[in-house]
Amino acid sequence: MSDALQTIAEQVRAARAMRRPLRLRGGGSKDFYGGALQGHVLDLSGYSGIVEHEPSELVVTARCGTRIAELEATLERAGQCLAFEPPHFGPQATVGGMVAAGLSGPARASAGAVRDHVLGVRVMNAAGEMLEFGGRVMKNVAGFDLARLHAGSMGILGPILEVSLKVVPQPQATQTLFFECTEAKGIEALNRWAGIALPMSASLIHDQHLMVRLSGAEAALESARAKLGGEVLDPAAAATLWRAVREQTHPFFADDRRSLWRLSVPSTAPRLDLEGPQLIEWGGAQRWWRGEADFAVVCDKAAAVGGHATLFRTRLRQPGAPAFHPLSAVLQGLHERLKASMDPDHLFNPGRLVPTL
Amino acid sequence: MNRPINSSSSPSTRPTTNDTSSASRSLQSAAGTTSGNASGPQSLPLAGGASFLRKAEVVARLRRRLPANAVLHRAEDTTPYECDGLSAYRQTPMVVVLPASEDEVGYVLRECSALGVPVVARGAGTGLSGGALPHGEGVLLSLARLNRILSIDPLARIARVQPGVRNLAVSEAAAVHRLYYAPDPSSQIACTIGGNVAENAGGVHCLKYGLTVHNVLRVRGFTVTGELVEFGAEALDSSGLDLLALVIGSEGLLAVTTEVSLRLIPRPPLARCIMASFDTVESAGAAVAAVIAAGIIPAGLELMDRPAVQAVEHFVHAGYDTDAAAILLCESDGSELEVENEIARMQAVLGEAGASALRVSQSEEERLRFWAGRKAAFPAVGRISPDYYCMDGTIPRKHLADVLRFIAAMEQKYSLRCPNVFHAGDGNLHPLILFDANTEGELERTEAFAAEVLEKCVAVGGTITGEHGVGIEKINQMCVQFSAAELERFRAVKLAFDPAGLLNPGKNIPSLHRCAEYGRQHVSAGRLPFGDLPRF
Repeated sequence: MSDALQTIAEQVRAARAMRRPLRLRGGGSKDFYGGALQGHVLDLSGYSGIVEHEPSELVVTARCGTRIAELEATLERAGQCLAFEPPHFGPQATVGGMVAAGLSGPARASAGAVRDHVLGVRVMNAAGEMLEFGGRVMKNVAGFDLARLHAGSMGILGPILEVSLKVVPQPQATQTLFFECTEAKGIEALNRWAGIALPMSASLIHDQHLMVRLSGAEAALESARAKLGGEVLDPAAAATLWRAVREQTHPFFADDRRSLWRLSVPSTAPRLDLEGPQLIEWGGAQRWWRGEADFAVVCDKAAAVGGHATLFRTRLRQPGAPAFHPLSAVLQGLHERLKASMDPDHLFNPGRLVPTL
Repeated sequence: MNRPINSSSSPSTRPTTNDTSSASRSLQSAAGTTSGNASGPQSLPLAGGASFLRKAEVVARLRRRLPANAVLHRAEDTTPYECDGLSAYRQTPMVVVLPASEDEVGYVLRECSALGVPVVARGAGTGLSGGALPHGEGVLLSLARLNRILSIDPLARIARVQPGVRNLAVSEAAAVHRLYYAPDPSSQIACTIGGNVAENAGGVHCLKYGLTVHNVLRVRGFTVTGELVEFGAEALDSSGLDLLALVIGSEGLLAVTTEVSLRLIPRPPLARCIMASFDTVESAGAAVAAVIAAGIIPAGLELMDRPAVQAVEHFVHAGYDTDAAAILLCESDGSELEVENEIARMQAVLGEAGASALRVSQSEEERLRFWAGRKAAFPAVGRISPDYYCMDGTIPRKHLADVLRFIAAMEQKYSLRCPNVFHAGDGNLHPLILFDANTEGELERTEAFAAEVLEKCVAVGGTITGEHGVGIEKINQMCVQFSAAELERFRAVKLAFDPAGLLNPGKNIPSLHRCAEYGRQHVSAGRLPFGDLPRF
């Protein structure tokens, strides 16, 4: 492992000396995501392995090149899981990429996002030095919370080499209920239900159907079902459904003739006025839309309800074109200064998160 | 040196409880910290005449927009703000401002920034690490008048509040919708949301419900130059880097908060608590691990050792087992069926782990009585010792027995007693060192004791502060926990937000110079830094 780390450090220092930008890469499963790829590949997949997992500590520490699948299998053997259900988007997906992309799955609204479970990171700066922030404990307020800042950073702050994550016990049982209803009724119902103590762990509105996953003790599922009604989906079909939504193999996602947009909005926002099919998750807070439109127009519609837009998948990712919602002038300035002070030579993943950085 | 309670000295705050009162008698002031050197390297005193002119200019500029009674500068008006919950550090601010609106906050920051005047934001002043210690040549910006709950949206489960709103007031206002705000620091009747955001406050239910960072959706406020900025959104995420996560817990060094959107969650219909006794602290620690290993995330999981239990029982008569070496409080919440099911599982696990007695609360009154003891731990300890010092380290739970043995050895070494209360679920220790400041040498021994314990926490892979913050109190220990390159990165972040270093200077992040003076080497987990990193 030391060899792998040394190789990474040497490549970073060489790139800095030559002022040659680097494109950080784990398994490459999320190459489609964010701004167009630029720079020489810095392959991080070789620095892999689970460093520590003690189930009674509820913490796992893994190197960046560890496959998510391997990490999840290890946790499963101990009756645990990653609460945020990260999408893999391919068997080769790695833990480093999972944290850098910051994407969370169906459980996000109830269980929290990747960033909520990051306890500590080891990262590399442009001088090839390893830095450690946060740790392997649940509560830690020493210094600025730079560990969480790396979740969703798309690698622009440098390579994430190791990460410590909070893990949770697997739910004792799950059950998926389905209902026929309109989008508007579904959004309203999900928000109402989230305000009463129910073990909701995922939700989906699509094609005149509302699906709700319940997770917890058998007793809790029974009483929740009694309150909500609906019909119970076959367990195998339910597992397949949630996996297909998470991995975007569901028919809604599989049709790639049109671009896929992600609209992150307040959960009570009405349906956005965009022509084409939508799929709603996260209790109403995550809306997927398939269609073509001017980037600024979609951003304006999302911003009008207090949200933001991402051009998630598109067949033609133009270099320099934005994938993520533009930042306010003040935030843009802060991003520029943070980048300048943490990666002054703009070595790491140029343009991947913010077009100008 | 029985010092008056910190926060009661401020006209803007209410009486405080529990953890807050602990700091009323902490050690540093008598140990030699004077107000002059407490405020960090940037508080070089101006010559008397220059200082007077400076103050007159700042007051005049601020009074252009703020009413006279919102800009205080006479000693009798500014002295009440000289400290926060860590009252051993005191510093009278040059000027205190009490803006009543967001616009006024922006104005104050623009003026101070233009004049190069340091600004320290303050909420209720209940912080335990001196994070709101004023700057002698600066403005103390009290946000106490921004104390309105702006809206509660029960369908979206979001409360929009100003920073001066008290933590508990949010849950009280949301109660009509059967919703509440989860983070519950024990000072929650007094501490404010703005301060909670600055410190990333926790509480006794964090293991299940998270810290402030997990329960805040959006922070609106100003940069040091008075530009309005929003971090996060009322959606579940926002574009760009997660600056919301960065700002939460930044101890007032990066921005000033004027409005916060809080996530509210449904109040569980039922909660019950188990009180378990153990014959050894080790077996209590092992029981904590057994509960977690059984796949249970308790709503609360607290451990107290015998000295703490005895102090508490004499004070509040909570019905604690004073013969036990340690007791655990283990809480379940949810629907009736869920709680019944979980309590049964908890009882089985605790029994197998060797509990010598188990009691389950049979009513809400009894459950609250169990907790009353834990929540009164600090004042109870205050009754059995002239002074005490509350610490705040976090460790991996597996090292609990080791760290408690270490603390016991330190009790012998320094001839001082140290009861322990412990947020066992998340590994957050609060050892309480008992001392008498009037006894020659006890303060110095307490200080050395505390430093050794914090450094032990770092050595076993933990941290110097779990929830009280670094502030001014633990700034030296930052040099122990972090390497020079890591501290450099913290300073880079500070520089990006506040190039002139005007927001809360001298707190949280030590200067290189300061670490050189402190003279301790950064050691990670008992090894040299990055021992597994090849030396190139």
